[in-house]
Amino acid sequence: MAHVDRQAWDVVVVGAGGAGLRAAIEAREAGMRTAVICKSLFGKAHTVMAEGGIAASMGNVNERDNWQVHFRDTMRGGKFLNQWRMAELHAREAPDRVWELETWGALFDRTKDGRISQRNFGGHEYPRLAHVGDRTGLELIRTLQQKIVSLQQEDEREFGAYDARLKVFQECTVTRVLKTDGRVSGTFCYERESGRFFVLEAPAVVLATGGIGKSFKVTSNSWEYTGDGHALALLAGAPLINMEFVQFHPTGMVWPPSVKGILVTESVRGDGGVLRNSDGKRFMFDYIPDVFKEKYAQSEEEGDRWYDDPENNRRPPELLPRDEVARAINSEVKAGRGSPHGGVFLDVSTRMPAEVIKRRLPSMHHQFKELADVDITAEPMEVGPTCHYVMGGVDVDPDTAAATGVPGLFAAGEVAGGMHGSNRLGGNSLSDLLVFGRRAGLYAAEYAASIADRTPADPLQIDAAEAEALRPFSAEGEHRQTSRDPGPAENPYTLHQELQQSMNDLVGIIRKEGEMREALDRLAGLRVRARRAGVEGHRQYNPGWHLSLDLRNMLLVSECVARAALEREESRGGHTRDDHPVMDRHWRNINLVCELADPQGERTDADPALGQIRLSRRETPPIRPDLLGLFEKDELLKYLTDEELSR
Amino acid sequence: MSAQQEVKQSAAYLAQFRVWRGDPDGGGLEDFKVEVNEGEVVLDIIHRLQATQAPDLAVRWNCKAGKCGSCSAEINGRPRLMCMTRMSVFGRDETITITPMRAFPVVRDLVTDVSFNYTKAREVPSFVPPAGVAPGEYRMRQEDVNRSQEFRKCIECFLCQNTCHVVRDHEENKGAFAGPRFLMRIAELDMHPLDAAPASGLDRKATAQDEHGLGYCNITKCCTEVCPENIKITDNALIPLKERAADRKYDPLVWLGNKIRRRE
Amino acid sequence: MATGIEPSPQAGATGVQDASRAAIPARHLRTDRWWLAPAVTAAGLLAFIVYSTWRAFANADYYHAPYVSPFYSPCLAQNCETMHGGPNWELFGSWWGLSPALLILIFPLGFRLTCYYYRKAYYRGFWASPPACAVAEPHKKYTGETRFPLILQNIHRYFFYFAILVAGVLTYDTALAFRDEHYNWGHMGLGTVVFLVNIALIWAYTLSCHSCRHVVGGRLRHFSKHPVRYRLWGWVGKLNERHMLLAWSSLISVALADFYVFLLATGAFDDPRFF
Repeated sequence: MAHVDRQAWDVVVVGAGGAGLRAAIEAREAGMRTAVICKSLFGKAHTVMAEGGIAASMGNVNERDNWQVHFRDTMRGGKFLNQWRMAELHAREAPDRVWELETWGALFDRTKDGRISQRNFGGHEYPRLAHVGDRTGLELIRTLQQKIVSLQQEDEREFGAYDARLKVFQECTVTRVLKTDGRVSGTFCYERESGRFFVLEAPAVVLATGGIGKSFKVTSNSWEYTGDGHALALLAGAPLINMEFVQFHPTGMVWPPSVKGILVTESVRGDGGVLRNSDGKRFMFDYIPDVFKEKYAQSEEEGDRWYDDPENNRRPPELLPRDEVARAINSEVKAGRGSPHGGVFLDVSTRMPAEVIKRRLPSMHHQFKELADVDITAEPMEVGPTCHYVMGGVDVDPDTAAATGVPGLFAAGEVAGGMHGSNRLGGNSLSDLLVFGRRAGLYAAEYAASIADRTPADPLQIDAAEAEALRPFSAEGEHRQTSRDPGPAENPYTLHQELQQSMNDLVGIIRKEGEMREALDRLAGLRVRARRAGVEGHRQYNPGWHLSLDLRNMLLVSECVARAALEREESRGGHTRDDHPVMDRHWRNINLVCELADPQGERTDADPALGQIRLSRRETPPIRPDLLGLFEKDELLKYLTDEELSR
Repeated sequence: MSAQQEVKQSAAYLAQFRVWRGDPDGGGLEDFKVEVNEGEVVLDIIHRLQATQAPDLAVRWNCKAGKCGSCSAEINGRPRLMCMTRMSVFGRDETITITPMRAFPVVRDLVTDVSFNYTKAREVPSFVPPAGVAPGEYRMRQEDVNRSQEFRKCIECFLCQNTCHVVRDHEENKGAFAGPRFLMRIAELDMHPLDAAPASGLDRKATAQDEHGLGYCNITKCCTEVCPENIKITDNALIPLKERAADRKYDPLVWLGNKIRRRE
Repeated sequence: MATGIEPSPQAGATGVQDASRAAIPARHLRTDRWWLAPAVTAAGLLAFIVYSTWRAFANADYYHAPYVSPFYSPCLAQNCETMHGGPNWELFGSWWGLSPALLILIFPLGFRLTCYYYRKAYYRGFWASPPACAVAEPHKKYTGETRFPLILQNIHRYFFYFAILVAGVLTYDTALAFRDEHYNWGHMGLGTVVFLVNIALIWAYTLSCHSCRHVVGGRLRHFSKHPVRYRLWGWVGKLNERHMLLAWSSLISVALADFYVFLLATGAFDDPRFF
């Protein structure tokens, strides 16, 4: 349609969190005109919620740390399902990415000799997390934001316009990635403020949209986390992998109800906080799995000694990887040993003086005081698992972050899959954003520069995207007439609540075949109803409308999660099957790949019974021998099959 | 569980809300009666209004944990984050009035156009990395970064910008005055142990006064009063910055001392 | 895209009534007693102004051995009462005919007038600029401290230097208060205690000054290279957090010390002697 405004850019970055901004900086510094488009205001991305730190083996606190150790920890945490090349690149490049932040003005907490301080975290062998109190994500996002501003100031001096080569479209949403001749040609977007549609034409699009947590009821994620990038990739024809792996952070707030799910940082445990059940017992000692037996303390005394003398003692089991701790809490609550509001107790008050708590965990102190009226220096917190992170995501080339099958499409950060395997270690997320954000920006810029003949966006696709985006306004009038869509318009808020409840109850932390089948049924029903999601009012800043559009994405990714979870008949990392409770070595090198079942057809015409997602299995490439050599043979035996090892 | 539910039931009540609805062409306060449960915050109630009575009620929010600074508004006339204002601080019969921030142009309902702040952010010269110090070789002592770290706690909710009477009550000052948030940013950079602005010929102390309107601040401390992060904006950023500007511009002794010392 | 700083199209109404802002007729919607703080501040300051003006111009009843009213110390004119061993420095000779208090009160007055706390107090209390947070101020124009005379607030640090001198003299006076009425050392009365409390508060207030905090260490970029000044800066910072409290308590204590001397000098009260 002629009235849709078009703008030409070289690289479009969707999302302005850590990965998106880092990608944009890289693409702009590579000389590409770069547009960043984000659903919220610039600087509000979900990255600000990250508390603990950025994992990077700088070795500032323990000199024995290096990238190989970090790689090893990452693979162990992900139960060896990680895309090993990504894990390798991540471990190698993370220190440079952190150091570079300092040259942009970041101020991390310091060691005595003036270097970046590093803290302990679950699953990391040495103190490794660069941090700023417990607001590291804020520091990261602010630093990247300010670097972007400084690049814009350069452009202003050179071209007289801040936006000349790097522009942030804030409070805008992408609803479709457009393709021409099989390659990316741009994005279809709307602006929240005006409801106006526009098209950003570009040969390269970087998806950096984060995760999918808003499909679950109890989540630490913000409203933006509706799986947009996952869905955009699927709709553009790119596959997703590992979608069955959803991380439930062990410690979210459980009370009051309105803040249920909000994160309690892992640093609470890294700095000495302990988990207790209603009997006052430190129950984590009962939940150390065999694969970690040698690495963790077997007694409270040893665990307590570790905080001061990590060389000669093993770490307490409160610092096991997140999946283990989350399951343990879940079991304790189910066994009736939970706290009054259905969690367990996380206590720092008896472990550290009040002043130390306030200094080391200021925002936790603040958060509990303000939101729950609990003084964590005087009483324990109540915590329970909360949906936190999706390990699955767009299938990408490990070196270039290019999405499989769609030239010009790139993905970085949480929306990309593979890096974290079946379970992500705390602290590896922020470093992931920086390492692969930079790579995505770099290779997207390289790709964009290599495209000589840019094809304009297809007007038919633009029309279709516009019609799709406007459907909620006509839901009642139009569809009531047709026999296929009977009934009145659906309230998108109700649909969203039902979706969240279904996913939480049926595809949550512990999964069963029957429940997941029921989840798929419910999703099919919701999909039909979502087509009738209708809204009142006009297009300007209309939250009901935006939610209706986000529902499409949430339903798509939820189906991916449910289908993949049903298929994988083992328990590994962020995927726990009640009916298949053990880890099966034969599943280790299998990726479950989700693709759109009917990429050509009109999505809404699909038969609800069929579903929209086609699932396939794919074998992962064998781990490079020198990387395997970093592990003891005994350990590898727990993960790899005999035949893999004999290769 | 049922016992808990009972408790929850009994704690629920109907609250009287007045929410400003409208756009740049006009609008007014609308009355709502809405359910409130134990432990809820104002943003929960706004969400309940959206889900049950006013699906197109525009509100800006993100994290709902006081970390992103999106849900700034005015509650009973006081600038606050909606996610950090617990309903229990109000009496049950109290009418709770919610309006958008009143220093910025309104977009719709509770959403305002905060682009003023982004414009000001761009006017502050960025961190200047020291020449000849490679990444990884930055050495800074904790005591030297503490001050700037306090200012970097800022979540950019813009409540300080909103409440500052310099621009709130005088639209015409918006051009000349950066506002507390961005004067604090200048203080942050001026106190950064490795900022090389002086070497590059940029005097942040003088430009704070000359170009960013530090002189407009009459230190009446409303910015500090409304800061949800409890940053001591006035005492730790603005007044020290005023003193630093005085070093440059109003203190011949310091000026003379610097002249002499530089010659040595 | 709007930059947010274009002047609004509609002239006349400005501030929260500006055409671009949410249309709300009320100047503020605060439901608490926001007016209480500025009212109390204004009343307190006014009371002190009235009292101190009376006492400063009185030119009488400011000395009762061994106590000299802080309003009249140091006494710089010839028409001062003779205070044995006391702060009589006749810098101004005999031509000064007015109350000698006026000569010296300029300094503490200037110090307090340009003090960052008092500025807040009287901008809010007297000028209503603003009366309280998010309560619209009644002024059409506002230029803050950008031009004369308010730009002079920037000289606060010079008044701070003088305030140190004045505090030094008052310390001397307090030492003199350890005499009896016959100027014998080693005695104490209730007045000594009043003077001790007053001088402690005066020093605490003076040292808690923002300019002091700046001079002592705040101007440094690298605390780590100046450990002593860093420590001093920390101490001053701790005091500075209570600057408002100290401003008020020292204001009251100085008035009380003066009033105590007044009571003694007029014979309305006898100084209880401890030893």
